[in-house]
Amino acid sequence: MSAPPIVEFRAVEKRFGNGPLVLGGVTLSAQPRDFVSLIGPSGCGKSTLLRLIAGLSPVSGGTLTVDGRPADPAPAADLAFVFQEPTLLPWLTVAKNVELAQQLHGVAAVQRTETRRRVLDLVQLTEKAGAYPRQLSGGQKMRVSLARAFSLSPKILLLDEPFGALDEMTREHLNEELLAIRERQAWTAFFVTHSVAEAVFLSHRVLVMAANPGRIHTEVPVDLPYPRTMETRLSPRFHDLVGQVSRILRSVETVAA
Amino acid sequence: MQRRVLKLLLPLVTGVLVIAAWYVRRATLSDDTQFLLPSPGQVLAALRDNREILTRAAWNTTQGALIGFGLAVVVSIAAGLVLSLSEWVRATLYPYLMILQMTPIIVIAPILVLWAGAGLKSVSIITFLISFFPLVVNTTQGLISTDRNLVELFRMHRARPWQELFLLRVPAALPYFFTGLRIAAVLAPIGAITGDFTAGSSAGDGGGLGFQALIYSNQAKYPALFATAGIGCVLGFIFTAAVLGLSWLALHQWHDSYERADK
Repeated sequence: MSAPPIVEFRAVEKRFGNGPLVLGGVTLSAQPRDFVSLIGPSGCGKSTLLRLIAGLSPVSGGTLTVDGRPADPAPAADLAFVFQEPTLLPWLTVAKNVELAQQLHGVAAVQRTETRRRVLDLVQLTEKAGAYPRQLSGGQKMRVSLARAFSLSPKILLLDEPFGALDEMTREHLNEELLAIRERQAWTAFFVTHSVAEAVFLSHRVLVMAANPGRIHTEVPVDLPYPRTMETRLSPRFHDLVGQVSRILRSVETVAA
Repeated sequence: MQRRVLKLLLPLVTGVLVIAAWYVRRATLSDDTQFLLPSPGQVLAALRDNREILTRAAWNTTQGALIGFGLAVVVSIAAGLVLSLSEWVRATLYPYLMILQMTPIIVIAPILVLWAGAGLKSVSIITFLISFFPLVVNTTQGLISTDRNLVELFRMHRARPWQELFLLRVPAALPYFFTGLRIAAVLAPIGAITGDFTAGSSAGDGGGLGFQALIYSNQAKYPALFATAGIGCVLGFIFTAAVLGLSWLALHQWHDSYERADK
């Protein structure tokens, strides 16, 4: 643990305008390559926390350091955000959509094409390069969205319930794919989800958050070895952890209700 | 396959029925009132006899419609871009756009004749006034209705304002723009004919369909009047078809409105 943290929250507060505290006193740090999941009742500020890291919104108090620099106001360059929706441009082909992030960052066309081929291969959508988003299934659209994020070779990957709208089978597949890709790309992930199983399966650590104001209630380290596969989901330890996180989540939600 | 044949056949059946009804109605008129409803044959004959005059008039009207329509497209895009800047700009300018739309053309026409003289110039301006409003309203709406998530995506990747405009807002506004364009395409020939009716030129060969309609009406040439109406209708169809074609070219690959129902 000698490396400096890539993301560090120190007593971070967030409120919008004169409204109530959305986040109150959040302290948390992540090492490079950490996979951190955030789970909690709605209104606990998990999405807001991601948006702060992305620089989409400034902190109201405390300090937030991203890759050695204050996150406020400009977002760090090596950062990719995967939204709840696939957020693809419907008038662009899959290939052009994947290249968009690089295009905005001014990457030359030749290099864009090369990267696009590589990341589409990574998400197994090479044969869909010429298709338009409306011709894809929900899972495929999300794969394109992931490929666009990977195209930047980000240091930090922020995922805001990316698989929330997908059916369970597709979600499990994409979870496994995400971890497989993680073996080949060295990003730090912050993953917001409502699914306890998903959080446990993916992460080094699950942060259970509470609301009013949004804060980190409990940190649950996940000691399951990587690589994680289908077998991981069947192991007793996996079920223990899911049970443990569920109980904490339940207690947090009861207090809120 | 059967559905497609049926879709072609049904409108033809309607057409035949309407023409049949037309003949029947005419047959029931007494001899001294038959002039009120010329037969389709008489209309076709009038079309043939007046083809030189009507062709010239149609061409004059087309010019007015094209110039006014083109002007409306260009100005509405520019105005849409300005109006999309902020709600304050919209609040400042929208009432005046409404006034422009609400003022009756019939009243504006003599003023225009006073300022620009009767003829193509006034006809084009009237066409512009009639087709401008749906264009600017739809274009502006399109430019300000960009998906919030997509805007955030662009901001997060530090897109420059021109990138956000040309790579995101403008393409996202295209479906709205074409909605406006379709309405304007129907209005443009009507506008040109109305303009010609109220501000057309009597000098030389400058008159369009509206002006010709006035003349036929005064001369009690009713079959020719019907023929003139038919030509105006065809003009509207041509404008609409052209815009539908453009819209298809721009949108069919990606926009949901072109998704085939049977897919």
